[in-house]
Amino acid sequence: MNWMARYTEAAPKKLDWHCYFALVASEVERLRQGDECVFSSLAAEQSDFIRFNGGKVRQIGNVSQGKLTLRLIDGERQAYSTLTVSCEPAADFGRVASALKTLREGLCDAPDDPHLMVDRSSSWTQSIRRTGTLPDPAALARTVAERAKGLDFVGFYAGGSLSRGFASSSGSRGWYEVENFNFSWSLYGSGGRAIKSSYSGESWDDGAFAAKVELASARLPLLSAAPRALAPGNYRAYLAPAAAQELLGTTAWSGFSARSQASARSELYKLHAGEVAFDARVELTEDIELGITPGFNEDGYERETVSLIRGGRSVGQLVDARSARECGLSPNGAPASESPTALSMAGGDLAEGDVLAALDTGLYIGNLWYVNFSDRMNCRLTGMTRFATFLVEGGKVIAPVEAMRFDDSLYRLLGSELERLGIQPELLLSDNTWGERATGGMKLPGWLLRSIALTL
Amino acid sequence: MLTAWVGAGAGYAATSDLSAAGLQGALDVATARARASAEISLIDHRSITRPDKSGAYTSPNADRALPGPKEWIERLALECAGARIDSRIVERIARVCITETEQAYITSDGVRIDQHFRFLMPELSVAAHANGDTQVRTLGNYANLAQGGIEVLSRFHFDGAGARIADEALQLLAAPNCPSGPRDVLLMPDQMMLQIHESIGHPLELDRILGDERNFAGSSFVKLDMFGEYRYGSELLNVTFDPSLPEEAASYAFDDDGAEAHKHYLIRAGILERPLGGLLSQQRANIEGVANSRASSWNRAPIDRMANLNIEPGSTSLDEMIAGIEHGILMRTNTSWSIDDHRNKFQFGCELGQLIENGQLKEIVKQPNYRGISSTFWRSLSAVGNEETRAMFGTPVCGKGEPMQGVRVGHASPACVFRDVDVFGGA
Repeated sequence: MNWMARYTEAAPKKLDWHCYFALVASEVERLRQGDECVFSSLAAEQSDFIRFNGGKVRQIGNVSQGKLTLRLIDGERQAYSTLTVSCEPAADFGRVASALKTLREGLCDAPDDPHLMVDRSSSWTQSIRRTGTLPDPAALARTVAERAKGLDFVGFYAGGSLSRGFASSSGSRGWYEVENFNFSWSLYGSGGRAIKSSYSGESWDDGAFAAKVELASARLPLLSAAPRALAPGNYRAYLAPAAAQELLGTTAWSGFSARSQASARSELYKLHAGEVAFDARVELTEDIELGITPGFNEDGYERETVSLIRGGRSVGQLVDARSARECGLSPNGAPASESPTALSMAGGDLAEGDVLAALDTGLYIGNLWYVNFSDRMNCRLTGMTRFATFLVEGGKVIAPVEAMRFDDSLYRLLGSELERLGIQPELLLSDNTWGERATGGMKLPGWLLRSIALTL
Repeated sequence: MLTAWVGAGAGYAATSDLSAAGLQGALDVATARARASAEISLIDHRSITRPDKSGAYTSPNADRALPGPKEWIERLALECAGARIDSRIVERIARVCITETEQAYITSDGVRIDQHFRFLMPELSVAAHANGDTQVRTLGNYANLAQGGIEVLSRFHFDGAGARIADEALQLLAAPNCPSGPRDVLLMPDQMMLQIHESIGHPLELDRILGDERNFAGSSFVKLDMFGEYRYGSELLNVTFDPSLPEEAASYAFDDDGAEAHKHYLIRAGILERPLGGLLSQQRANIEGVANSRASSWNRAPIDRMANLNIEPGSTSLDEMIAGIEHGILMRTNTSWSIDDHRNKFQFGCELGQLIENGQLKEIVKQPNYRGISSTFWRSLSAVGNEETRAMFGTPVCGKGEPMQGVRVGHASPACVFRDVDVFGGA
């Protein structure tokens, strides 16, 4: 018996969460009483995970899980419950009934929620279902082991199906289901420095993966030069899209939240208040049209593409229904976190092939790491360089640099210090797997900066 | 989660279908994955000893009933109302998170371990805003996690805290920025927890040292040959892994690979003794560790994690520590943290600072930050507070692993003084 045959025998049974969720919605409707309104939300996945260290398998496994959230609303009171579900109606529906009963009893003690706002009347339907071509985990593990021979390869593959569903008592139905993968790996060279690469998408191609490993491998000699230790100070720099993602990811956590702005806690408070502005070329959009995130939220609203920054100035924020009622705004379908899930930044005029020449002398920063705020009201961020960060002189890579800490304001970096933006924004799918594989991501260009402040 | 070992390989499958068919299906997948990895496994799992002891654990007071939702709502609303002391208070948040976890570990060797945990985490946050500035003061900032019952609230001084932290938020709003320059720093326990966590805990994780985390969470400046001789800190530094303190957030009797948990010194009198490594990593590295192989939930495989990582108390009172500082600053409550992937260059920020001049506490300053390098910072430890200065904190969000896992950790520490630290404030 060969490996493939053995794997095929034990391939996880593909679960039909779409059909299951339709049955859940019907059952919830049957259990609903009087004027109650019930929202049901499902997050499910069947995922394969493989960790590699030294080009060999460190951990390999599969996770099959479903999480059903029931939200019971009666008048101005609400309560919710989240259950782990199996995709087997006979096994789960008793617990669904029990959960609704508990929520109903709990509402007796609950006061009216003064900020409750949900869409109780719409009846929209939307569905996205994309099947992908994913690698066989066993075959992939062998492929990596083969490709990694002679390399210090450390990486992580996550792939499989993701489902998100929504159903409301008023008849709205949302479904988002994709099969995709996200594989990131680091090739370590001498001195503990590495080049990080990633391959993500919905159609796996062995050849494309091999080419990416080969490309990264070919860059390893760049790490062999003696690393330069930099003194603190301001440095001209190019931030690759993955590095820019770290800065915007931290800022966007609550920076575009209408609730945070209303309570004056937004890290972009001064931008939204019109006290400061980015460079006029900065344009940011929460772009649902990218199709990388469900087009609906858990309040019963369809999500909207929201223009956030135009001409360097704030033109919009993400408003969920609760904030809308509390702050007197119109909801635009934002999730409860009011964090963007598909943040897109307009590109500029700097072609990928011209980056080093345009940088001339400065730092090529491939990745940043562990970004946090050192002064929230001034959107001042600190973090570390990581992976491929190089000193460039005269448009040529000279040497890697020792990891350095930066501490600078995003208002400055995307304001007076922004020289050019990359011409082709790069789609960076989220690789978050906190409890479940995430949807969403960002689409960003690289940033050529006149300077960034390094401090340690 | 079911884990299977076949030959040299190991594989897992986690399923939310607990029917017999669902479990059998998961076991089949786990077995197939183990078989598929047997010839390309980093670890020869045949050589790894599996623990053989059964047992049980229950959090303290876990059998005592907690208030119902109505009483909780009233109690939280009371603190929110108490924080409304001024028109400049623009946001007040009160919350309590209660988590009960039943965990069973069962092996085909005949081992059965049952552990029942109950966690409470009371939280308060108040924002004050005026003249374009916003200052936030919290009760612990997501670090008030502990095991137990209703007594957890009094342990974190929850009742009446709304008005107190609102007042402190207003003081911060009126305060000058933290000055820049070298100062002695007196870190209170709610900042020490973060300092321990980031610059002792993570660097000592053995799987990091073995390279497993290099693609995500990072590596460590600590190398295997440092154990037993490396001077991590001054002679005042004593760090323990202690799962035996029942009220601390990450106490347990067994880790998630079935190893029985005991207290161990990791650093004694400043010298590095042992890493945070579970049985698997210990056997890979041929070094003694602790029972810290942990998973965030049923859907993630165990890896080396922190649990309760504490600094043992010294002999200096808080008054003596303050009196011994000529030019310094006291800092409370972490609000910002960042450290490099080798856990060396760090920069941390606190909610509240208070200057110390000539042995006396002076004015409050806002946005106090400091930075340093782990491998030298702990050697500047010049005073360790006594038992009276010690406090216990915990958080549910220590992140690491691929796939990512957020686990609960606990840190107990006295107040500590560090000499000549690079301190600075906001813009």
